[in-house]
Amino acid sequence: MSEAIFKADSVPVLAQGYRFQWEPAQDCNVLLYPEGMVKLNPAAGEILKRINDKKQTVAELIAELKVAFNGADLDDDVYQFLEEAHDNSWIRAE
Amino acid sequence: MTTAGSEQNKAPGSIGGATGMNVRDQIRQPLWLLAELTYSCPLQCPYCSNPMDFAKVKKELSTEEWISVFKQAREMGATQLGFSGGEPMTRPDLVELIKAARDLGFYTNLITSGVGLDSTKVAEFKEAGLDHIQVSFQASSEDLNNLIAGTDAFKHKIEMAKAVKANGYPMVLCFVTHRQNIDQIDEILDLCIELEADYVELATTQYYGWAMHNRDQLMPMKEQLNRAEAIAHRYQEEQKGKMKVYYVVPDYYEERPKACMNGWGNIFLTVTPDGTALPCHAARELPGMSLPNVKDMSVREIWEGSDDFNMFRGFEWMTEPCRSCDEKEKDFGGCRCQAFMLTGDATNADPVCSKSPHHHLIEEAVEAGRLESEKPVIEQKPLVFRNPKNSKQIAGK
Repeated sequence: MSEAIFKADSVPVLAQGYRFQWEPAQDCNVLLYPEGMVKLNPAAGEILKRINDKKQTVAELIAELKVAFNGADLDDDVYQFLEEAHDNSWIRAE
Repeated sequence: MTTAGSEQNKAPGSIGGATGMNVRDQIRQPLWLLAELTYSCPLQCPYCSNPMDFAKVKKELSTEEWISVFKQAREMGATQLGFSGGEPMTRPDLVELIKAARDLGFYTNLITSGVGLDSTKVAEFKEAGLDHIQVSFQASSEDLNNLIAGTDAFKHKIEMAKAVKANGYPMVLCFVTHRQNIDQIDEILDLCIELEADYVELATTQYYGWAMHNRDQLMPMKEQLNRAEAIAHRYQEEQKGKMKVYYVVPDYYEERPKACMNGWGNIFLTVTPDGTALPCHAARELPGMSLPNVKDMSVREIWEGSDDFNMFRGFEWMTEPCRSCDEKEKDFGGCRCQAFMLTGDATNADPVCSKSPHHHLIEEAVEAGRLESEKPVIEQKPLVFRNPKNSKQIAGK
């Protein structure tokens, strides 16, 4: 395993050329990029929506998600998703 | 909470190859709209996929008509919009069209030769909301020599590349390779490095339209491809993390056909300069097409109800060996246009497939290219360049 890209104080941002939006025709959030589209499941959509809305640290992002999802224990899932999203070149760390 | 289950869609580029876009589980939607805004072009590339008779098209759709098409396609689920042509920059309303498409929520892609693209234009496109620019270089050996030799053309390309990057776009370059330029692949890639390209697509000529007419003169030889592939792989290694190089083997040298358009009438909608809607940009040449026009019918009527778009949907239309083939859901029997051009019947297997009884036609085409290449230069057929004069002469009035 390579070392984690995202730590509590990293700021995840969408990679160049990627756009996040709600797609009514797909009934889900999507990421659009040159000549392609990724359909996001609800969880991925919730995380990326917040990354798209404002610049904040991973810790702040998780705090916000906990408020939205009744204090659910989701730290590990968020970190895991961020690493996957980074591997897919959807996001980068600032 | 589970992590991202997602579907990756990668749609064809400008030249006509289809890469794996996988959206089986949903109702067919025209996810990709290719807007061929115009057949006007300052270039005369002999490998152009435009129809030979493009000069017949006099009247292009108006700004309002295009925007109506965008709106309709968007309502049906289209997310990707490619501005293509001809050279889309010859349309004076391009900025307006980009803005309208972007406001509708499209991811907007400009597919351009880069001729006439300067920092003012790029800034205007950016302001209008353009998402992505792909520059396709005309890479005849002469043009390439000019570029490599550092002429004005070369200086222009450098400036254009800088303008693209200064506006926050990645530099995406596409070179169409063929027998007469593929041996310069290392020089092409060095040029890309100099232009600080982020992505380079070494697209192989596909034989439609003008390219089909010039096939004997464009067909690369096996030895050339082997060399080119080795060089491409070397640059892929050396440029890792800096410049991404895509190299695709021409389908004439494959044993299985491409999953053309990811299936007929499945995700792709092309609208030509005069408003004709096509399941792919080469389909105009197929017999029996009714060629519905967006001026006469809604995009939904065309997509869902027209004979053209339903002609090769599903698997019922297939003949053997496709019909009983266990790979039919992977490649849909290949390209309908190629099947028709080579075998005379669009329901046949794409002869690229080694299971096709017509596969020998592919081998013969490669052989014809070899014979042509072995002739003394003076006896070789000249390339026929894509221009209005040749279009009128070849296609008649």
